[in-house]
Amino acid sequence: MQLVLEKRAERSNTIALVSPLVAIGLTIATMIILFAILGKNPLLALHAYFIAPLTDGYSLQEIAVKATPLVMIAIGLSLCYLANAWNIGAEGQFLIGAVAGSWIAVKTQGTDAGAWVLPTMLVLAAAAGALYALIPAICKVKFGASEILTSLMLVYVADLFLDYLVRGPWRDPHGFNFPTTAEFDPVATVPLLIEGGRLHLGSIIALLVVAAAAILLGRTIKGFEIRVVGAAPRAARFGGFNADQLVVLTFAISGALAGLAGIIEVAGPVGHLQPGISPGYGFTAIIVAFLGRLNPLGILIAGLLLALTFIGGEQAQIAMKIPLDVTKVFQGILLFYVLACDSFILYRFRLVFPNRQVARGTH
Amino acid sequence: MELIEAIILAVLAASTPLLIAATGELVTERSGVLNLGVEGMMIVGAACGFAGAWLTGSIFIGALFGIVAGMLMSLVFALMALGLAVNQVATGLALTILGIGLSGLIGAGFVGERIAPAVHLSIPGLTDIPLIGRVLFGEDAFVYFSLALIISVWWFLYRTRPGLILRACGDNHVSAHALGYPVLRIRTFAVMFGGACAGLAGAYLPLAYTPFFIPGMTAGRGWIALALVVFSSWRPGRLVVGAYLFGAVTILQLHAQGWGVGIPSQFMSALPYLATVIVLVLLSRARTGGSTAPAALGTVFVPDR
Repeated sequence: MQLVLEKRAERSNTIALVSPLVAIGLTIATMIILFAILGKNPLLALHAYFIAPLTDGYSLQEIAVKATPLVMIAIGLSLCYLANAWNIGAEGQFLIGAVAGSWIAVKTQGTDAGAWVLPTMLVLAAAAGALYALIPAICKVKFGASEILTSLMLVYVADLFLDYLVRGPWRDPHGFNFPTTAEFDPVATVPLLIEGGRLHLGSIIALLVVAAAAILLGRTIKGFEIRVVGAAPRAARFGGFNADQLVVLTFAISGALAGLAGIIEVAGPVGHLQPGISPGYGFTAIIVAFLGRLNPLGILIAGLLLALTFIGGEQAQIAMKIPLDVTKVFQGILLFYVLACDSFILYRFRLVFPNRQVARGTH
Repeated sequence: MELIEAIILAVLAASTPLLIAATGELVTERSGVLNLGVEGMMIVGAACGFAGAWLTGSIFIGALFGIVAGMLMSLVFALMALGLAVNQVATGLALTILGIGLSGLIGAGFVGERIAPAVHLSIPGLTDIPLIGRVLFGEDAFVYFSLALIISVWWFLYRTRPGLILRACGDNHVSAHALGYPVLRIRTFAVMFGGACAGLAGAYLPLAYTPFFIPGMTAGRGWIALALVVFSSWRPGRLVVGAYLFGAVTILQLHAQGWGVGIPSQFMSALPYLATVIVLVLLSRARTGGSTAPAALGTVFVPDR
């Protein structure tokens, strides 16, 4: 008797629907075990992680604030992954976008520059993110270099570049030698949606990005090409779609979105450029993209869920002294279960009895 | 003279974790599996290796902890990518994300603790020879082991029948399956070997390179090891050259910072990563005639019985 994997005749839509829910359920079950191992009351810990942040207005806003970069980056990554282009350097594109946008903010600091500052920052950040993402894309289509490795290496480079700027030329002269720029002027800051709150304009931009991606994928030829190139490369070749061009395009879009997310984070919740502006948004967004099944609406929901784990993780640390790394473990386990459950959309397990099978002559 | 010796020693020390991790990944990839989780397996190996050494006081047991930890991580990967036929790229990424979290959790209690680092070989007379003495006869056990490992792997892949079968699985899993070889079982072993090596490479960092554990101490070495496998064109000999070249870049930028060449330190620190990009581009470009990668690398295989 043996358990074997077997391809289904066609993809199972039922499982496609329930698989993310099963994955979340399995993750929570695993977390209960993990909390117990850490010597924490699992029920209290789960409450701190998933329920407590939903009960007060401040945390709810904070979830939207954290979800904003996650959703924006993940939308871009989903386009890449649909086209079978593996951009895993969104973290670097995020940082470069933050740096490029901050350049305007730093240069106009203390001047009477007008309302043009913030829009220019956003455009410049998107352009810089796109250009930075084009490096691995062009290395791939021109020279065949693995975009996975090159895009990832550029994350470290971007991180060091940002570090250099805030410790060197852009350091706030009145900042007591801390590695940070001065606080951005009001014209270089993303406006808040609620006076005195946390929610800012970036969340609206993220929603627009979700809508735009849904239209691109569902209603345009380009979106169709992206999906076909990834799902059926041979059919795409017969259809005359240019796969290389789509790699470049999807990388550029995802770089632009990551860059935009970067400057929105810096000019919004953070307010100045400093190292550590991202708790790994670029990597968490990979999980968001997969958990959202590379679908814009799914990504929006997944982004909110992952943002909840960030906020819940912080609250659990304060309230129950649960280490912050538990959040990363949670995210990693969640991605595993999502991928595993998705496998059953295309495959199913079957018990095989080798001898009897030969006797029956089925095959 | 002493400076040159110090630099060579430092280069060897910096190269060894890259070489060990890349050797494991080379075997994994030769069997047709792309495990992008090297960084995750390494960082867990580092945390568990340090924990083992700190608890028992033995570097050897620490190294064993690292190996077992890396192997367990790779088993998770094998279960997903081989057992459930999940996309290998996504699974590898998940393994790295999980590994970074797990290592932080395991290592949290050990941050700030110190251990006595791995002892270096000392043969009276030989180790004292100027310039080459300490380089040849004064290394820690990991350095000698890494070289023995890559030679063994070369011998296994090219001089033994199981090695030939493993390469056959990597080049054409359908044919290997038709010939009656258990492709998935062979690949599972290859993945586990890769995990063991990555775990050991990670453990090397807190056990011999620096005698303490800090979160995220692998700092992308797992990814550089992956790039080295591409650099080597999947050949053990070139892997050694590549690993030492990268070790040299890492150390030279450190020394350049010390000499105060007027270039900001961050630019020098970025050199190993930039070098990886440039090398990948140059190599991929030189190889336009045909790929030397295992033909079935990264593809899903579900036997049809």
